[in-house]
Amino acid sequence: MENTFSGEQKRSEVIVVTSGKGGVGKTTTSANVGTGLAKQGKKVCLIDTDIGLRNLDVVMGLENRIVYNLVDVVEGNCRVKQALIRDKRHPGLYLMPSAQTRDKSAVNPAQMIKVIDHLREQFDYIILDCPAGIEQGFQNAIAGADRALVVTTPEVSAIRDADRIIGLLEANGFNQMDLIINRLRMDMVRRGDMMSAQDVMDILAIPLIGIVPDDENVVVATNQGEPLVGSDSPAGQAYANVVQRVLGKEIPFLNFEKGISFWTRVSGIFHKI
Amino acid sequence: MRNFFRRKSSCQVAKDRLKILLISDRVNCSPEIMELIKNDIAKVISRYMKIDAENMEIQINTKGSKAGKATKTSLCANIPIVDVSKPDIHKDTQNVY
Repeated sequence: MENTFSGEQKRSEVIVVTSGKGGVGKTTTSANVGTGLAKQGKKVCLIDTDIGLRNLDVVMGLENRIVYNLVDVVEGNCRVKQALIRDKRHPGLYLMPSAQTRDKSAVNPAQMIKVIDHLREQFDYIILDCPAGIEQGFQNAIAGADRALVVTTPEVSAIRDADRIIGLLEANGFNQMDLIINRLRMDMVRRGDMMSAQDVMDILAIPLIGIVPDDENVVVATNQGEPLVGSDSPAGQAYANVVQRVLGKEIPFLNFEKGISFWTRVSGIFHKI
Repeated sequence: MRNFFRRKSSCQVAKDRLKILLISDRVNCSPEIMELIKNDIAKVISRYMKIDAENMEIQINTKGSKAGKATKTSLCANIPIVDVSKPDIHKDTQNVY
């Protein structure tokens, strides 16, 4: 028989979104997975752990509503609840922004764990947007997490950093790590100029949870401050599938080759000329 | 199409480079440690045969089966042998077995 307390603890899941390399799509992934989970009726808290270079607030379109931030919570300048910004578009979605005028040393892993444990009581999912690098910011972000989403692009530099991150997560006792391959371009894969999802999986050898195609709609969505998860765009569909898989459902992977083959052939002709 | 006949695809180049890169990253073996390993191997082997310790090389390689994740990492030592027969020591080793 489970008691209420352990049931409560088990219910909430803390996911860190990390990559090692910068600019591969951690923040975009955090925003979309978090929004997608909220759209599925879950109570979600997004935490931006990138102190000094916060961005999740702008990707979410909530930058004008920040009053308190993570560092204020840690330093006791406000209560946890005061720092949470409610996203009015999606019930159950909250953001805890990071501080822009401080640096990574303003928070330590023990303080992060304390904040997360407090939030666990109120949320189904807590998504931590990890900063690039493997220094203190990374250590802070992973400290309180149960599982990790490792984001990479099919490029040598991003894969190398992802491999390093996977090693560090393993060393920190993580046993659930899932891979998101971002910005895949099927036309380039077909030309032999980009590693395929299978190639990346073979190298990194952790379970795949999503393949997100390179999609200009992501830029448009970021411009507008509204994550595109679930929208009728390739990346929107891909992120919607990631969300379903995070929830534990088995969803077949999208076959981007189908949609792109004709276009590739046409461009192939132009290439010859 | 253009580079189909000419050379390896850039995808293949990337994979090959990553394979080698990740081995050295994962092993986390500093050159000093590699040197110590090399010296120890040389010491052991030279108990049985005369080797050219100056020109020996050690490397960490992976042999990946294309089908899946079963890549095996191995330490390869290339040790030039100067003289195989070192009779007196040879006798000792035979006695052991």
